Amino acid sequence: MRYAAVVDVMPKEGIADPQGQTIEKALPALGYGGVAEIRVGKRIELQLEAAGPDEARERVLEMCERLLANPVIEVYEVTIR
Amino acid sequence: MTRTDPAPYRALGLTEEEFEAIEHRLGREPTHTELAMFSVMWSEHCSYKSSRVHLRNLPTDGPEILVGPGEGAGVIEVAPGIAVAWKIESHNHPSFVEPFNGAATGIGGIVRDILSMGARPIALLDPLRFGPLDDARTRYIVEEVVHGISAYGNSIGVPTVGGEAVFEECYAENPLVNVACLGVIEDRLMHGRAEGPGNAGVLFGSSTGRDGIGGASVLASAEFDETSLEKRPSVQVGDPFSEKLLIEASLELVRRGLVVGFQDLGAGGISCPASEMTSKAGTGMKVWLDRIHLREADMEPFEVMISESQERMLAVVEPDDVEAVLDVCAKWGLEARVVSEVTKSGRLEVLKGDELIADVPAEALAEEGPVYERRFERPSWIDELQVATSGDDPPEDLAGAFLSVLRSPNVSSKRWIWEQYDHMLFLGTVQGPGADAAVIRLPKGDVAVALTTDGNGRYCYLDPYEGARLAVAEAARNVACTGARPVAITNCLNFGNPEKSDVMWQFVEAVRGIGDACSALGTPVTGGNVSFYNETKGRAIYPTPIIGMLGILERPSASVGLGFRSEGDVIMTAGATSPDDLGGSEYAKVVNGVVAGKPPGLDLDAERALIGFLQEGAASGLLHSAHDPSLGGLVIAIAESGLASDLGFELEASFDHRILFSESPSRAVVTCAPEREVELEGLAERHGVPLARTGLVGGDRFDFGSFSVAKTEATDVFENALPERLAASMSL
Amino acid sequence: MSARVGVILFPGSNCELDCRRSFDALGAEVEMIWHGDVALPDVDLVVLPGGFAHGDYLRTGALARFSPIMDAVAAHAAGGGLVLGICNGFQILCEAGLLPGALKKNVGLKFLCKWTELRVDNADTPFTNRAHAGRRLRIPINHFEGNWYVDDETLRSMKENGQIVLRYTSNPNGSLDDAAGISNATFNVFGLMPHPERACDLLLGSEDGALILGSTLDHVASDARAAV
Repeated sequence: MRYAAVVDVMPKEGIADPQGQTIEKALPALGYGGVAEIRVGKRIELQLEAAGPDEARERVLEMCERLLANPVIEVYEVTIR
Repeated sequence: MTRTDPAPYRALGLTEEEFEAIEHRLGREPTHTELAMFSVMWSEHCSYKSSRVHLRNLPTDGPEILVGPGEGAGVIEVAPGIAVAWKIESHNHPSFVEPFNGAATGIGGIVRDILSMGARPIALLDPLRFGPLDDARTRYIVEEVVHGISAYGNSIGVPTVGGEAVFEECYAENPLVNVACLGVIEDRLMHGRAEGPGNAGVLFGSSTGRDGIGGASVLASAEFDETSLEKRPSVQVGDPFSEKLLIEASLELVRRGLVVGFQDLGAGGISCPASEMTSKAGTGMKVWLDRIHLREADMEPFEVMISESQERMLAVVEPDDVEAVLDVCAKWGLEARVVSEVTKSGRLEVLKGDELIADVPAEALAEEGPVYERRFERPSWIDELQVATSGDDPPEDLAGAFLSVLRSPNVSSKRWIWEQYDHMLFLGTVQGPGADAAVIRLPKGDVAVALTTDGNGRYCYLDPYEGARLAVAEAARNVACTGARPVAITNCLNFGNPEKSDVMWQFVEAVRGIGDACSALGTPVTGGNVSFYNETKGRAIYPTPIIGMLGILERPSASVGLGFRSEGDVIMTAGATSPDDLGGSEYAKVVNGVVAGKPPGLDLDAERALIGFLQEGAASGLLHSAHDPSLGGLVIAIAESGLASDLGFELEASFDHRILFSESPSRAVVTCAPEREVELEGLAERHGVPLARTGLVGGDRFDFGSFSVAKTEATDVFENALPERLAASMSL
Repeated sequence: MSARVGVILFPGSNCELDCRRSFDALGAEVEMIWHGDVALPDVDLVVLPGGFAHGDYLRTGALARFSPIMDAVAAHAAGGGLVLGICNGFQILCEAGLLPGALKKNVGLKFLCKWTELRVDNADTPFTNRAHAGRRLRIPINHFEGNWYVDDETLRSMKENGQIVLRYTSNPNGSLDDAAGISNATFNVFGLMPHPERACDLLLGSEDGALILGSTLDHVASDARAAV
């Protein structure tokens, strides 16, 4: 079976996110008050062959550990479709 | 062959006459694919159809010139056995539509031009022109252009060692993004020639996609209007990693003697090298479309032939070397395929399967583009402009006027920009950004080149002939301030719509000015680029020829900087100052809000004398610093020498504003040790250069006699003016 | 015998020639090593130079750590061999787990190429033995991602061990504890964001970088003497 996976990589909680902070400062100037907690991450989409959704998830999680995310500063979330 | 009705030629930017000329040349109607190929090769950008008759008159010969105009880049011998390639390009239109990628791919293009000569690109300079910074869109463009240059230039490993940034209303909707590149020939000089029928054409680098179909030709050969932003799809996206691999793979091919010649794919796509390389060699070429690696499977033949996808080169290779060439490309992770073969036919034949879908004489594409003698006429408004006053009344507050000029983003520090550029790679940057000219010690041999780009649009607006002469003179002077001998120029001629007689007149006058100044100073033109149609909604930019001057410094350690060296040194002013040279000056613009009058008067004999004086002063070790007054005049020049060294100074006489802010050319503020003052005077006299003792280095004030400011205040204004104005964009 | 230095060339590296030139000038024997090789030649010091290995796509250093040569580099380090990562090389060593922490974007969100002043806070390492503690060095930086980060606990132990070897006197990028150069616990692997190879010539503005590069050569020489 072919599965589509989406990996969301985000900065770890507690890790400063200057991109998020910059956007957070810019939005009020555009009239968007009350905005907080902006975090900027990245989204990776991929397709893979696997016997079932569990195996697909396992494999993508492994990819995240090894390459797609840096566990020192990032967390990730995998969605399989 | 499939025939086509003539309607598409208009959409492709060809005129009816041009279409008829193509028909006449072929003796039949062109096919779709042929028409597309002609449209890009005969575009203004590729064919120089409006400029060619005038460019012919430029001086191009000199003892050091190995390759002049017409090749990928000019080549100059800087020492026995050491040659460099030097060229400037524009990427104005793409940078307005998509500033980040426009600026990035502009670098990619010039770097491949240099590479195609067999040279390793080792330095970039970026002359930039933007609108005023109080406009949010301009601030966005500035940030993105700088970011694009930084992201691409740094990643490909070519340091950006100089350039300019000028802010003026006329560039608000037509920013200028020019880029000059220096390369050093590593093994042997290459020529973009497809010699040897039977040789293979290897296309290597990125895949071919729909990006940038007709990009350079479409974007750079028409004016802008409201729909321009919709042209975004034709802007190319740069991939600096591929470009870096392309550099390394190409240089390895040259080093191992595996290529007969190569040329990059830029404007015009593969149609350009396929026709130009064969036309120069008197050969022909067969191209098999099916062999080209495509990014999108369903591309039309015409799209493949004119795609301007970045980071690609076409190499002509002897059959026995093909395997080795493919291996080198594979080692560097680059796609490479044999896509064509050199023939004797003199024709460019394009096949899809067995079907011949284009068959045209290579010369017709590459050499026989239309040549226009566009009408030009001196506009009447120029007289009114020149007699108008430049606002010469004395300011109420001289110190305030000085600080206003110092705060102008045209004058203030550009550190915010150049700190984003790697300007130190290759261990050659003896003098980098912020200097009068970058001084780059070459990797081989103990020799350096001095590089600068200069061009004052205001002067050219007031008088394009004088403005162009002044640009050449200033570029030569900047190079000479470092101690180098000015040797050759490359130029980027940025103008409005050449179909308008006043714009064409500006162009003709500017080219005449460049030619005269280059002849007088002995600095021939080795090539360059013309960028027309810098107009939006019918408003043209100031005529802006940018001169990229290269000088030779035989001993890199003799390089002289603009900063003062030691307390107690004597400040001298070399050259004469005229109180009447305020026309088009920064002072007139900033303090009085006026751009009018005549530009400063230039005597090229005096300029040549000054250049000789500066060179000998540097070589003999007499000069501790040298810096030419340009924008903002003497006050700014002396202040900049203090700012660069964090040393104060005290002038020994009081001057009025017309002397302090005059932008007379052919001058330099120099310093020497007090005990060698007499020696320096003797040197000046021998060169026929007036030299006046002006003051002393030292103290913690910038004391101009008639007024003074604290060094700390001047530093604060100079360093923070640009970032403060740009910071407005962070809060949008 | 002079020290043998191997400079690894990744696709996208761009400081390899500068490293070679500066080490050459200090009398080392320099060899270039292709990232696709699986074995290291016989070298005393492995240098991972600056640049944009594999385009720095995904994250800086993320792809380079999987280059075939990296297993041999890890083995060299595990055997006590010297490894020096400069700029992108430092980023690769962190991604490869040979040095603690990770390098994030500069706080100013801009690429920065400028001279910085560093302070040597541990002069008792193979990479700083030519200096003395407290010595100020003038060496340029050239990076977008130089903002070093590590978790609190690791940082505490690194500080106790003296693994924060070089600190900025004026932090340009937000790096934790002003760290400019850090070492592993055994002090044979060292990474720094500033470029010492760019500061080995007064004509270019400083010779202080030669203290770092030269220290490694002295260390190799003293090791060789100890072995005899």
